[in-house]
Amino acid sequence: MIKPNYTRPLDLKNGRVEMSHGAGGRSMAQLIIELFAAAFDNGYLAQGNDGALLPPVSGRLVMSCDSHVVSPLFFAGGDIGCLSVHGTINDVAMMGAQPLYLAASFILEEGFPLSDLKRIVESMARAAREAGVPIVTGDTKVVEQGKGDGVFITTTGVGVVREGITLSGHLAKSGDRILLSGAIGDHGMAVLSQRENLSFDAPIVSDTAALHGLVAAMLDCGAELHVLRDPTRGGLATTLNEIAKQSGVGMLLREAAIPVNPTVEAACEFLGLDPLYVANEGKLVAICAPQDAERLLAVMRAHALGKESAIIGEVIADAHGFVQMTTKLGGRRIVDWLAGEQLPRIC
Amino acid sequence: MKYVDEFRDGELAKNIAANIAREADPQRNYRLMEFCGGHTHAISRYGITDLLPANVRMIHGPGCPVCVLPIGRVDQAISLAREHGVILCTYADTMRVPASNNLTLMRAKAGGADIRMIYSTQDVLKIARDNPDREVVFFAIGFETTTPPTAVAVKQAATEGLENFSILCNHVLTPAAMHAILAVEGGVSLDGFVGPAHVSTVIGSKPYEPFADDYHKPVVIAGFEPLDVMQAILMLVRQINEGRAEVENEFTRAVTREGNLKAQALVNEVFGLRDAFEWRGLGSVPHSALKLRPEFAAFDAELKFAVDYVAVPDNKACECAAILRGEKRPQECKIFGTVCTPENPIGSCMVSSEGACAAHYSYGRFREDA
Repeated sequence: MIKPNYTRPLDLKNGRVEMSHGAGGRSMAQLIIELFAAAFDNGYLAQGNDGALLPPVSGRLVMSCDSHVVSPLFFAGGDIGCLSVHGTINDVAMMGAQPLYLAASFILEEGFPLSDLKRIVESMARAAREAGVPIVTGDTKVVEQGKGDGVFITTTGVGVVREGITLSGHLAKSGDRILLSGAIGDHGMAVLSQRENLSFDAPIVSDTAALHGLVAAMLDCGAELHVLRDPTRGGLATTLNEIAKQSGVGMLLREAAIPVNPTVEAACEFLGLDPLYVANEGKLVAICAPQDAERLLAVMRAHALGKESAIIGEVIADAHGFVQMTTKLGGRRIVDWLAGEQLPRIC
Repeated sequence: MKYVDEFRDGELAKNIAANIAREADPQRNYRLMEFCGGHTHAISRYGITDLLPANVRMIHGPGCPVCVLPIGRVDQAISLAREHGVILCTYADTMRVPASNNLTLMRAKAGGADIRMIYSTQDVLKIARDNPDREVVFFAIGFETTTPPTAVAVKQAATEGLENFSILCNHVLTPAAMHAILAVEGGVSLDGFVGPAHVSTVIGSKPYEPFADDYHKPVVIAGFEPLDVMQAILMLVRQINEGRAEVENEFTRAVTREGNLKAQALVNEVFGLRDAFEWRGLGSVPHSALKLRPEFAAFDAELKFAVDYVAVPDNKACECAAILRGEKRPQECKIFGTVCTPENPIGSCMVSSEGACAAHYSYGRFREDA
């Protein structure tokens, strides 16, 4: 008997991405409905229009976007899916905003296994649900085999900043304290240790996490916060240099105060890398007025994602904008911008 | 981290620093060359200079593999990848070394050449096995430390009959370079050497004895950890004070007088001496580099492909040559930190973190104000 409205469901077990999945026809609609809409499941997406119609908000809006091209796509502690949700939520949160909505855009390579895509999409959906930030709109394109690397995901986030909060990279002042929410280098080393051409096994798990809850607690405690930033690509060193440059200040760090997990430290040692330059996906740097540093530290440590928080140094006056560090040995050095690339494609 | 933190301990560093300060004679200067880039890096990264008295000065030596690689050698590698269409495999450090025509391996790669960064010579063999219809060339560089792994790969390729594998051999010898530095008339005046760490694990401490016996320069072989370096400096200060010139070994946990005989035998089996080799900074140095022995000629990329070495002069303003000889300090170069930075290196010393210029720029340039 003919079923006029019947479409054979996607073969999410053995099927692969085909050019038609991005061609705008029936198979694209099917991919969207059976995979993306089913996983992300929310009323905005269900509107089924070219864009999501959102209710009015009060307050200043923050918008940020982030592309994800990590290789390998799956790594200890996460995958490109949850990473693409956390990354953008964190960028919005670092502005002091409450993240509200996400948009997601996929570039899929022809031949990519649908089962892997399903894993990635479900991981994104879980991350978005746990964060309480729905993915309300999206897009899918397919490129020919050899023109992509499996999956690239770009996410955009929108959030709202409440009255009285202004955070910016140019607000660090001499005397401010620099706080870090935990051990550095976990994400970069987790990804790197799973590269196929690196034959070492390290039990290192990516720290990928959405930090907006931690940020909310920090904002609520009333400390005079000047800057928040997540040290992703380029690591802590790069983030601090960016802030120093924007604010026209220097910094003086204490190496002994910067938490690094022993396995990460050992893996870095082994590969000749410096954890200061290795990416994080679930850590933040906070710069606050000196009188509030201890209070802020206590709030951060009380949060699940900030247990290992530490005051790692202070902002100093320096026309050159140098980030310096007192080494464990007792000497002093510059912690410079990263020259070239330390690791390829980690986020 | 166990077995590492012990060698980076701040309290112990203070003790050694106090000893150096007490024992160094304020009436004289101590000009000590750390030969290896590994030591240069440790001195800069841990801020050891801050712990030394002003009259104990460290002079950075030429022991940075990519720094001493002349432009013409990188040109050869680029030519192999671009004109001969080979898969060129290289350690990551060489990717940004300036070559002719404003090129680097990195830029050649961006321009479509098949250049791959590898971590081990075993990776190269795998690439050769996986690509039987392509020629795969390993850009073999480095001192005695990286030579044995290259020898292993060549022998393995010979055993396997891996005909599409070959090497562009640039392996160089430490003692020959130390000799060249000391032989320069009116060159740098030195009171002693901090001797190589990893190189010495392979060649042992014996090859340094002529520097003590014939040139009367004390040599203290030291590990790459900051406390190793500080202890070696203290040992050198003591030798100088006592008028001794001996080879002493601070790095006894890894270095013996004879070195790694197995590795030496392997290297001797695969490689022979070149009559001469051009070094950046030191010029042509006799018997200072290795080439494959005739038995392994089939794996010699220089014989397999038409890539003759053409010497290319360094940028005129660049002082890398004098810096590599220890005659100038990075900050004495006119283009240091202005035209030449780690992002846009003009000279090779600004490329690797072991290079004197990159180390000073990345870790120590805040001192320029003081």
